[in-house]
Order: sequence, then structure tokens, then C-alpha cells
Amino acid sequence: MMVIGEKINSSRKRIAEAIAARDRESVQREAKAQRDAGADYLDVNAAAFLEKEAECLRWVIETVQEVTDLPLCLDSPDPAVIRQVVPLVKKPPMINSVTLDRSRLEGILPLARDYQARVIGLCQTNDRMGKTAAQKVEIAGSLIEKITASGIGLDAIYIDPLVFPVAADTNSACATLDAIETIMKQHPGVHTVCGLTNVSHGLPGRKLVNRTYLVEAVARGLDAVILDPTDPQLYSAMRAALMLMGKDSFCLQYIKAFRKGLVE
Amino acid sequence: MSEDILKRLTQAVMDGNEKDAVRFCREAMERGLPARSVLENGLLPGIRKVGELFSAGEYYLPELLISGMAMQAAVAELEPLLNAGGAKTSVGKYLIGTVKGDIHDIGKNIVMMMLKGNGWEVTDLGVDVPPEEICRAIAEGDYDIFGMSALLTVTMPAADETVQAIVKAGLRDKIKIMIGGAPITREFAAKIGADGYAKDAFEAVNKALDLINRTQQ
Repeated sequence: MMVIGEKINSSRKRIAEAIAARDRESVQREAKAQRDAGADYLDVNAAAFLEKEAECLRWVIETVQEVTDLPLCLDSPDPAVIRQVVPLVKKPPMINSVTLDRSRLEGILPLARDYQARVIGLCQTNDRMGKTAAQKVEIAGSLIEKITASGIGLDAIYIDPLVFPVAADTNSACATLDAIETIMKQHPGVHTVCGLTNVSHGLPGRKLVNRTYLVEAVARGLDAVILDPTDPQLYSAMRAALMLMGKDSFCLQYIKAFRKGLVE
Repeated sequence: MSEDILKRLTQAVMDGNEKDAVRFCREAMERGLPARSVLENGLLPGIRKVGELFSAGEYYLPELLISGMAMQAAVAELEPLLNAGGAKTSVGKYLIGTVKGDIHDIGKNIVMMMLKGNGWEVTDLGVDVPPEEICRAIAEGDYDIFGMSALLTVTMPAADETVQAIVKAGLRDKIKIMIGGAPITREFAAKIGADGYAKDAFEAVNKALDLINRTQQ
């Protein structure tokens, strides 16, 4: 399971303020906390700064890399921003994200290939998002075809089937789970990834809903996730779910996490 | 007796019980209650209470949705009778859409349903709607309010462009403009020159009513 720490994101007020004030300490604290909690990649996003996005993201990347060697997940909808910042990364990054939108595919894929980056592909076209499992699976197939055609290996592709609030549509969470299972079966070697927080929008007890959803997604084959690794209950549920799905040889990861105090 | 049925109707809307809402509507009319009274004294107090509870954090989104659905079904029962009186049945005409470059529709659809449940006639332009298309719709229609949704920080500038386009087309005085969406703030709404901002579907309904009342005064 690949864990992508979600916290350094400019849509969070505290992070936006830290970036605006060039407050190194706050950003580095978030980076270190996620690293210590078991993140494999750190997502970095400065999209809220619009025309200053590239400049801000550059600062975030440099600031984060001062305190951790973890690879980064470059999170921007704008290929031009990715192009400007990707030379700064010390380790092959992940790029978040492409869609079936042509300008994003054409802007990102050559960069991803040149920098040996992993690529997140969202199940959306230029004018719609995949809502039903069938739509998600169909878009995933087209994404995989286009990305591999550009010379990127299946193992570097992470399909995000999109998660929507179950409060707004009772069947939406299940559609995503069905899509994860089908995509993993139809394209052996490809990865699936998703964020969790959207699922619980509009409901009470959101953390419970998020971690239960993660367990269900792991049971359907999800093998990468964008989350807050510093949430101990969420991280614990994930470790236990992976073990129970037979994805933790001799339960050693679970035991190790427990010894480190990461499981409760 | 008639008060009793109206109370039950209010409760059915609050419970999101579509079947009961429709049944009590029919029953009320069979007893000879005027459709307008059924609407104003039975249904509307229910949906308003739901909105208040939602706003106070006591009701959750799915409860808001089923109440909206019950409301819509009940209003559909009343409509032929409301229309027969020749009186104006809708509160107003609302044009809605998600801005250019943004394909999110869940929030917009929830607002739409709540507006319909509260007696608005709603026209949906869908998602990723270019400013020109919005201007055309405003020019050709007789809408009271245009509400736009922007769910991403990167599509917020498109909301600004949309208002500019409406001004440029000479249509600004013809319509009130509202905006909502996760990254939108009251300050941003004011900055781009919108008439109203709403943080959720309930606030959107109140704001819309507020704007139309101000226009009519």
C-alpha cells in the first residue's frame, strides 16, 4: 500500500497562510509529522494561489525537501506549473494528475516519462466525471491506453476512480468500490488510488465513515491512498485491513507499526 | 380538523416522507382546503423548519434531500389547482449553472432541488457553462436570479469572468447574481460584484427569497 500524505495542501486554510507568509517551520512540521506517521509520498499543492501557483509550489518543494527525503506528489491541475517545478524534485515524483482532457495529457505525459514519474489518472473527461462504476471503468481503460502509449509503464499508473459524497447519492460510494475492483481485475499491474474525505461530506462522524470506507476499498484491491497519516485511527484501520487482506506478509508491517506506537 | 391535517403535512415534509406528504395533500384537498393554504400552512412551514435544523447542524444533508423530494412531490399534487386559480404559482425564475472549466454538479443539484421544493421554477444550464451561454440565456429568458457554482480555486476566476461578461452584455440590471461553492467566500462574492453568497443550499434558498423580495419592493 502506498500512502500519500495529503496535508500540505493550499485548500487548507492553515497551509495557505503558511505558504503566503513563507513560514518554513509550519510547512516543515507538517512534512515531518506525515513522514514519521508512515507516509511514502508527500502531496504538495499550491493551486489556491492561482497565478502565483508555480512560485509558491517551488517554495513549498524546496522547503519540504530540506527536512525529508520522501518523494513528492506534485499536485496541480496546470501542466505548465508541473513543468516549472518538476526539475526541483530530488526523487522521482508522482504527478497528480491527468484526466482524459487532451491538454493535460499532452502537457503532463512527456514530463512524467522524462522524470520517471508516477502518474495519477482521474476518471474524468474534459466535460464530465465518471459517476457510475461503468463510466469510471470505461474512462480508466482510455486513460491506461493513452498513458501507456506515451511510453509510461503500467506500474507507474495510479487510477483514481473519484469518490463522491455518499450523503448526496446513496449509491456513489459503492460505485467507486465496484470500479476499483473491476479496474484492478481488468488491468493487472495497474494501481488504484483515491482520497477519502469526500465520501463523508454532509454527514456526522466523518472520521468513522472515512476509515470504514478505506477498509472497504482495501478489501476491493485499492493499493494506494491519499490521506492524513497522522490520524492514528485511520492509519490503524488501514494497517489492520491490509493484514486481513493477506497483503502483509507474516503480519510484520502491522506488528512494526504497533511497536512504533502507530496502531491503537 | 383541518389544522390537524396541515400539521401532519408539515411533519411529513420534515420526516422526508414522500408517500405521506402526497397522501395528506390529497386528503386536505378532498376536505376542501384551498391549495394555497395547503402549500403555505402545511408544506412550506415543514421545509423551512428542515432548513433551520440543517443550518443549526441538527439535520444532515440526506435529510435535507429527502425533505426536498417530499416537498417536490407534494407541490406537484397541488400544482393543477394552484394554476387553475390563475394566480402566479412560482416564487420566481432561477437560472443555475456551474462555471466554465468546472464540471462539479453535486452542490448545484442540491441547491436546485431545494429551490424547486421552495416553489422556484429552475432552469439548469449544467456544468462547464461558458459566460456567453449564460449571457444568451439571461438575454432570452425572464429570470429573476442567476446562481453559479464554482467548486475549485482554479475556477473561481471563471466566476469573475462570468459577472464581467454579464455586465459587458448590458444585462446586469436584468438579473440578480448569486454564487456558492466550497472555495467561495462572502468577500469573494462581493469583490466580483455578485448580489448574494450562500454557504449551503438552505442559505441559498433564503438568499434567493431575500433578493427577489428586495427587487419587488
